[in-house]
Amino acid sequence: MDAMVAIKQTFFQECEEQLGELEIGLLVLQDGDTDPETVNAVFRAVHSIKGGAGAFNLDELVHFAHVFENVLDHLRAGRLAASGDVLKTMLRAADMLADLVRAARDGGGTDAARRDMLAAELRALDPEAAGLESGGSHRDSSEDNSEGPVFEAVPISFDDMEIEPAPGEHHFCIRFTPKPDLYAKANETALLMRELGRLGEAVITCDFSRLPVLDEIDPEGSYLSWTIELRTVQDETAVRSVFEFVEWDCELDVVPGDAVQRVDEGAVESLIEKMQATIEAELASQKVPPTAIQAPRDELSAPTAGSAGQASSNPPGGKPDTGKSSQATIRVDLDRVDRLINLVGELVINQAMLTQMMLEAGLARASGVANGLDELEQLTREIQDSVMAIRAQPVKSVFQRIPRLVREVAAMTGKTVRLTTAGENTEVDKTVIERLADPLTHMIRNAIDHGLETPERRAAAGKPEEGLVHLSALHRSGRIVIEVADDGAGIDRPRVKAIAVAKGLITADAPLSDEEIDNLIFLPGFSTASAVSDISGRGVGMDVVRRSILALGGRISIRSKPRQGSTFTMSLPLTLAVLDGMVVTVAGETLVVPLTAIIETLQPKHASVHGFGGNTRVIAIRDQFIPLIDVGHELDYRAGFADPCKSVALLVESEGHVRSALLVDAILGQRQVVIKSLETNYQHVQGIAAATILGDGRVALILDVDAVVAGSRVAGAGFEQFCAAAG
Amino acid sequence: MTEIESNPVQRRADLTRACELIAFRMGTQEFCVDIMSVREIRGWTKATALPKSPSFVRGVVNLRGTVLPIVDLAARLGFPAAEPTARHVIIVAQIGVQTVGLLVDAVSDILTVTDDLVHPTPDVASDMAKIFVRGVLAVDQRMISLIALDQLLPACEQDAA
Repeated sequence: MDAMVAIKQTFFQECEEQLGELEIGLLVLQDGDTDPETVNAVFRAVHSIKGGAGAFNLDELVHFAHVFENVLDHLRAGRLAASGDVLKTMLRAADMLADLVRAARDGGGTDAARRDMLAAELRALDPEAAGLESGGSHRDSSEDNSEGPVFEAVPISFDDMEIEPAPGEHHFCIRFTPKPDLYAKANETALLMRELGRLGEAVITCDFSRLPVLDEIDPEGSYLSWTIELRTVQDETAVRSVFEFVEWDCELDVVPGDAVQRVDEGAVESLIEKMQATIEAELASQKVPPTAIQAPRDELSAPTAGSAGQASSNPPGGKPDTGKSSQATIRVDLDRVDRLINLVGELVINQAMLTQMMLEAGLARASGVANGLDELEQLTREIQDSVMAIRAQPVKSVFQRIPRLVREVAAMTGKTVRLTTAGENTEVDKTVIERLADPLTHMIRNAIDHGLETPERRAAAGKPEEGLVHLSALHRSGRIVIEVADDGAGIDRPRVKAIAVAKGLITADAPLSDEEIDNLIFLPGFSTASAVSDISGRGVGMDVVRRSILALGGRISIRSKPRQGSTFTMSLPLTLAVLDGMVVTVAGETLVVPLTAIIETLQPKHASVHGFGGNTRVIAIRDQFIPLIDVGHELDYRAGFADPCKSVALLVESEGHVRSALLVDAILGQRQVVIKSLETNYQHVQGIAAATILGDGRVALILDVDAVVAGSRVAGAGFEQFCAAAG
Repeated sequence: MTEIESNPVQRRADLTRACELIAFRMGTQEFCVDIMSVREIRGWTKATALPKSPSFVRGVVNLRGTVLPIVDLAARLGFPAAEPTARHVIIVAQIGVQTVGLLVDAVSDILTVTDDLVHPTPDVASDMAKIFVRGVLAVDQRMISLIALDQLLPACEQDAA
């Protein structure tokens, strides 16, 4: 029973992947791509879901997938054009399929009416049902190019044969050449042969010709192929269904015997001549000696018969697929990976301790021990990188869910929205990805619901009716930056301010800059939507988004231009595990400053430091006046201020490209540190991002540069706390 | 510290619904916590101070790779803050999902008591007593206060940021 549950779980995991591929494929097709391999991938996805669902008796799912698969089959065979409307229906069908899969997994029902409606829509697309049949000739012509002059490759459109009523007994000539993958997936050819034998009278001949000598045999290779002469009352579909589950892993050619006899000998002859002419022309163009051209007909067939991709079930673009499926992956329990990462973290700390001990023991830098330690350090770093890479995943898995969300929200709000994405292969730690989905969902909803105007208002403003939402991800200075941009109306600042005043969040005479007004929307309990809608929350939205991002060690900022749209920018750490940092001392405490934040370090001179009213000071760096922040004072390590001339200044850049200089007592060195959460056993500490353990075994705190900079601004200007916190 | 060795065995006898408590001293007073929430007891090591934290939070120490916050129990209960020396000990306790170190003067005893031995907290004016003391025990004319651990950490200040 347990095993069954586990298998089912795997099935649902695979379903998610298939659904993802399905959606991507359909979207690619919608963009005008007509690569047959894309159509195949889409078909395969639905087909696999159907197959698996059948094994678990998930009837609803099987039924819907079957209808969907039929239509896709027509698309694949070219009997149905991939027009915009067709793909729109298919995308909605894909959403429905996803819902059915989830309903099957989590229990609970789906909207039966919606399912039936979509199933009916899908059936309506079926060209056979509509009495249309135009793809046959098109298919023939497309195959002419790939066929060689070998017997079994004579271009016959089998799809046409299927449709023909088949009275009495049929004769089929089946050529079956398994690929190594077939065996790798634990299929057994003998069982397939037995299954064929059940259909009728079969004469099976095995072709050993490709079998190499013993020491050249790859034990996992596939060298045999079979030719089966089958007499049966069943039709071709039944014959093909025997191979249903190995379809992708073999060359399969089912030629109805009677059809073969009907083919005009002359046609074969002329075809061979045509091929020969083509090959001669090609060879001539490659300036091959003419002797090669005079190869007789039977020799000509040898190279073509040897090459794969002959089978009519495989389109010319079939090659990349085999490459993809051989890319081996394994599923690993996340707990195991986490444990490995923790252990590697301990290893890094231990290695650092060892280095420190060596220094304390006064061993020479050039000694064998020191060299060995250096090598150990390098290895440790490599192990750490590899382990982190296990967890790194492209943000694609989150981005994939967005198109559907956009469709739904657009339908609910009556707006037309076009979603563009960029950088979906940007990799980031799995933990970050998992916690990214919710805030991102909220931001997208917000962008469509609040950001974009209605089509009428867009038209009135002279914009295209279709609103644009752009979602992008990129790496910037050791962080991942995710942007959601819309080309809507932008933030209505007077209204935002009026609402904030009305709700008592700010005083009416608060002197706020545009940026500060924009940040008001991150306040708890703020909502500008005049009516509370189902789509973007009840005034909890952006506040929740901001908090969940802060909890991840990230930040969110907003840029808005009236009438041009708004851009929300999330910046998140790539990993929650390690960090390159500069170890500094401040008032007797050891702190780590993330290296990614530091631009340069310098020794302030007396002349370059200027007072700026109150306790604020600025430092002149290359004709720029940059605020000087005393870290010791900021973190309450000391009441007074440090003497800048006896300290070191770190020039840092924080969110929004703001430059500041952090004053610390001394720099101890540069080190990679393992991030340890303070929140696990304590709580968030303002100005501190996390903790780490240094070589001497003591805990050092990692400075949250942005929070310190923002905090100093609050203290300096005496301004409301939330503005700084939101910025 | 010598009191640990003179641990009176007879107290554990004849008790049906017994629970064990770890008793410790702070200044002249004795307190105890449920032994089930205590993970280990270790000597004092210098803590890394946490900025912008309440005065009773001494900082954090490294407990085999875990960052362990240290709460000065004396300061938390409203007594003068401890001046930690090498003789002070840290009781590593599990509070909910978090692990916290409690700085105390010395561990004195392990008590086995039944529920009926725990008297309600005397109705004194001290707020601290009401929040942190679950009840008091009378053992050999000594008064030992049973500490409720779940309130020790400062309340989560989400919007402190």
